[in-house]
Amino acid sequence: MRGRLLTILLLGPAILASLVFVYLFIVWTFYASLTGWNSIRPLNGILPDFPLVGLANYQALFATQRFWPNDIFNTAVFTVTFIVLSVAIGLLLAILLDQHIRGETLFRNVFLLPMALSFVVTGTIWAWIFNPNTGINQLLDPLGINAVRDWLLSLAPLKPLWDVLDFLRIDLLRPGLTTDSRSALGAVVVAAAWQMSGFVMAMFLAGLRGISEELREAARVDGASERQIYLHVLIPQLRPVLVSVVVILGYISLKIFDLVFVMTRGGPGTATDFPSIYLFVSAFQSQLWGQAAAIAIVMLVLSAIVVIPYMWSQLRTETQA
Amino acid sequence: MNGVAAARSSAERRAGRGFALRWSRLAIYALLFLFTIFYLLPVYVVVADSFKTLREVNTTSIWQPPAGLDFGAWASALTPPLVGSGGIGPGLVNSVIMTVPAVVISSIWGSINGYLLSKWRFRGADLVFAFLLFGMFIPYQAILIPLVQFLEKLHLYGTLAGLALTHIIYGIPITTLIFRNYYSAIPTELVEAANVDGAGVIGAYLRVILPLSVPGFVVVGIWQFTNIWNEFLFGVTLTNDPSVQPVTVSLQNLAGSFAALYNVQMAGAIITAIPTLLAFIFLGRYFIRGLLAGSLKG
Repeated sequence: MRGRLLTILLLGPAILASLVFVYLFIVWTFYASLTGWNSIRPLNGILPDFPLVGLANYQALFATQRFWPNDIFNTAVFTVTFIVLSVAIGLLLAILLDQHIRGETLFRNVFLLPMALSFVVTGTIWAWIFNPNTGINQLLDPLGINAVRDWLLSLAPLKPLWDVLDFLRIDLLRPGLTTDSRSALGAVVVAAAWQMSGFVMAMFLAGLRGISEELREAARVDGASERQIYLHVLIPQLRPVLVSVVVILGYISLKIFDLVFVMTRGGPGTATDFPSIYLFVSAFQSQLWGQAAAIAIVMLVLSAIVVIPYMWSQLRTETQA
Repeated sequence: MNGVAAARSSAERRAGRGFALRWSRLAIYALLFLFTIFYLLPVYVVVADSFKTLREVNTTSIWQPPAGLDFGAWASALTPPLVGSGGIGPGLVNSVIMTVPAVVISSIWGSINGYLLSKWRFRGADLVFAFLLFGMFIPYQAILIPLVQFLEKLHLYGTLAGLALTHIIYGIPITTLIFRNYYSAIPTELVEAANVDGAGVIGAYLRVILPLSVPGFVVVGIWQFTNIWNEFLFGVTLTNDPSVQPVTVSLQNLAGSFAALYNVQMAGAIITAIPTLLAFIFLGRYFIRGLLAGSLKG
């Protein structure tokens, strides 16, 4: 074919930029994570000119309570609860909007509106809503929610449940909300789900609309109820969408930074600290670059576990198609 | 025939329980309204509180409506009365200066990449595509530290140009992806016909592809605009001075200098959100298409 040389030449800048800014930078970060570059002294050359220390940065990191288990624990709890909550809300909304709703466009736009906002804006607003002195408590106390809350928390049979939620830091019945380490993570999860569940709805709605009407009609002819059609016909068809949604939400939550930084700064204590915040503090406040690089590599590995199998299967189905 | 309506009415007839059906419809609308409250309550809070005066901040809760439309908080958020306590005004200007060229350049670049990868399929084109796409799936923390060093060496650290360059480069995967999918719907015969007429790679792009690209540019442009405008991590790490910080960083700083003044913080939040909200309101269809194009392949 004519123009092959020109094609590759025109793609050159993008290939070169990716090679340097993505691939070489990752290698660079990995190399830095193996050096003792934990001081304010700037670099002389292109690579960190500090002695190699092997895995010392990683060992130190995993010997630090703040990182292990705390940050990894928070990441796991946040990722799972954020995905479950967003998928539950998003799927429910998609199914509701799929019922030939009057004003569907309006509802859809309301649910999608947070997607247009920055996590910084979301964090600013929700920090006030979950502020125990000015926020949701003030709204709900006049309704007697406080009494209900105390009563629920005092119920003996439910105590194990509250203990588990306390342990997971998502017990939003605690009146301290963002200032109580037993509930602060839950507050961040709600804000994140507020922002992202509309996106999940859009994905599922697009998926539902992509299923042929014949399939539904066939199930109806077979005498299936609307509920059965969703449970046994439509929702199983949404599996590929679900996989995409989980991977995208997982990718977002494993690197979550701005929302938490604005809402809680990782506090109280380290109750909502995440690797991204620890990295930010290590590098840009404490000048512990080697340690920050080690955190970055751990974050990269966590993301890779979620993303690489997905990307692999996507690219494979695409080349087969 | 309207298949959807027919299917529904036949289902209703067969079910033969209009009453129960009516109740379930009511429940559906009730649930939708409940969720609408959940989504709009923060919006109400941010709008209502931004119009409160200093006195109202001290005497009312964040849930109470303002007494009137007072723009004092908006003014304070933009340019604070106290010298040295930064407002978001400069950040707003910085974000415009940085975002507009970044969006334009990354859209054009993505369009060229997408065109080459979908219409000039050389051997290994899929491999190149995968190679470019990978950058979309990494947490940016993994490249942040060398990026800081690199920009420092180029004397671009702490400049709007450095920030724009960063957004352009890390925008390659998504812009290339969306344009590649968009162009794969355009018949390759059009490009081949142009080649027969003597147009080369560039000629076919300019004469055939570019005129058909307007919807693609709208989708990619909105996507890039929203992402770059809303971005925080690069903004807070690649700039060190308020004079070059983007608006998201200024907003975050506002929370520090106006710790107890929720009216000023809410006004700042609204001002920060207005540009992307306008894009969402007026170009919502393309916004959603970009949202789905970035996640669902094809």
